Amino acid sequence: MTAKMQKNFVLEVEGLTVSFDGFKAVNDFSFYVEEEEIRVIIGPNGAGKTTVLDLICGKTKATEGAIRFRGRDLTKMNEHTIVHTGVGRKFQNPSIYEDLTVFENLEISYPKGRSVIGALAFKRNKKVIEAVNDIAETIFLADCLDKTAGLLSHGQKQWLEIGMLLIQNPDLLMLDEPVAGMSVAERKQTADLLNRITKGRAVIVIEHDMQFVEDIAHRVTVMHQGKTLSEGSMDRVKNDPKVVEVYLGH
Amino acid sequence: MSIQSIREFMPKNNLVYFLCLALLIFVVFPLSMDIFRLNLIGKYLTYAFVAIGLVLCWGYGGILSLGQGVFFGLGGYCMAMFLKLESSDPESTKIQSTPGIPDFMDWNQITELPWFWEPFYSFPFTLLAILLVPSIFAYIIGVAMFKRRVGGVYFAIITQAIASILTILIIGQQGYTGGVNGITDLRTLLGWNIRTDSAKYILYFVNGVLLFICLLVAQFIRKSKLGRLLLAMREREDRVRFSGYDVSNFKIFIFCVAAAFSAIGGAMFTLQVGFMSPSFVGIVPSIEMVIFCAVGGRLSIFGAVYGTLLVNWAKTTFSESFPELWLFAMGALFISVVMAFPSGLAGLYKSKVEPWLIQTYTNIKRYYLERNGTRPAESGETL
Repeated sequence: MTAKMQKNFVLEVEGLTVSFDGFKAVNDFSFYVEEEEIRVIIGPNGAGKTTVLDLICGKTKATEGAIRFRGRDLTKMNEHTIVHTGVGRKFQNPSIYEDLTVFENLEISYPKGRSVIGALAFKRNKKVIEAVNDIAETIFLADCLDKTAGLLSHGQKQWLEIGMLLIQNPDLLMLDEPVAGMSVAERKQTADLLNRITKGRAVIVIEHDMQFVEDIAHRVTVMHQGKTLSEGSMDRVKNDPKVVEVYLGH
Repeated sequence: MSIQSIREFMPKNNLVYFLCLALLIFVVFPLSMDIFRLNLIGKYLTYAFVAIGLVLCWGYGGILSLGQGVFFGLGGYCMAMFLKLESSDPESTKIQSTPGIPDFMDWNQITELPWFWEPFYSFPFTLLAILLVPSIFAYIIGVAMFKRRVGGVYFAIITQAIASILTILIIGQQGYTGGVNGITDLRTLLGWNIRTDSAKYILYFVNGVLLFICLLVAQFIRKSKLGRLLLAMREREDRVRFSGYDVSNFKIFIFCVAAAFSAIGGAMFTLQVGFMSPSFVGIVPSIEMVIFCAVGGRLSIFGAVYGTLLVNWAKTTFSESFPELWLFAMGALFISVVMAFPSGLAGLYKSKVEPWLIQTYTNIKRYYLERNGTRPAESGETL
């Protein structure tokens, strides 16, 4: 324990348990994420991966256990305060505002004017426009700023949602299946993107695509039935007989 | 305010919509109608306040309230209480067993003015109450519902229940509220007789000006980041929440704005029609108000005004000849609008009329330029 405390962890999850009517979707789950780390969570369907993200970002409340983000306990906070402390979350299906333009999508995510009065008084000034342009450049959408978001391709929608998180400059970025439904070329671009944006932040990714996982992961956590099955580098995890049996073997 | 921000607030085509509506309300109607018809239009326009509120709350925010009549009624009753007290001075009520209180209280054996009527002797208090009573009530409903994430159909049903409860309360407490008849026989406002023709003209214009103030406020909200946030919330509430916004606060705010608009409409209704009764509070009028908004187009504040005028005009003409059929016609209208034109009149205008107008405008411009000898380069091939 003391060894772990000495390291600088961005996120510490300890003994996390959530039970839905007696069914423990996540059961006494612990893991630790370091600064500037890309951590990938893999595991078979129903292992509780998405539920872990739900618990961290406050969408689901934990039955037991602690989630500390930079020393602050997240389990008692409501969703928007968790975002304010610096946690950003991308959903499994691209969750963007299809009726608004790409520019407006990013602008809404810009972390200013988050109260009612603030939103009424919000001005689209130079700083906002610059920030939006910067992010659009990063997520390969600089040419689509005035396009209605609903018209983007599936891969572009995924990037847009990542951009909407980046513009908030979170310290911890959680991505649920960011390359699902993407072409091979788009996956490569996304892997580059993720490697570029880890400066000064940690990233947690849930993904099934093993090639993609190998490309980005610093460390991998394998979940099974709500618990950690194995943890470590991709090589180690790949050769762990338990992992091969429940997940990779199939 | 820079030119840039003015343009953002009021794009060119919006300015045209504002001017057209202003022309219609302030010039065309008053010049083409006698005072009886104009007063009717004034009455219809009081519902337009509600419809504009519904555009913001339902069209933008996705919060369908089937109880806007509650706020319309509260605003109307506040105004009616003031007017009633003014017309119940001891001099003109000396035949009552207790002079100086409203006549319906006397009929119900009430001998003292109830405490909550007292402050309505003051005109400034009344004006404040018209805005604040409905807003605070909406705030309480909003906090109770939205903080608990009650929304959608459940919210609609609850607002409908509230409308029903308030009607029953008003009818049941006859001695304090005038019961099913409402508050009637209202004559003067600060000594000014509101039943003369000239007063009706003035009230019509006051109503029009207030409507435009509400339209401008709505335009401001629509064009602000809050307007875009409402659209975003309607689509992806979770995404907005996990972008760091407290979604419930925005819902409460827009619900209160809609309530305040409705209340202004209600107060102007009382002034122009001369009475207020529970028949403008309950479920049926509340749903009618939603239909006005749907017919006009629930994403257009201008469409809401035209929709209100059109449906009410149809109601008056139709129910003069077939009173019992009107409700069926209304239901059919609502269903057909929702099925065939989900964005209402405004949607029809946007997809059919506006492209044609723009085409005609460019054609005329081109023709005019040609006649003056300055031929635009591309004109030869298109004409």
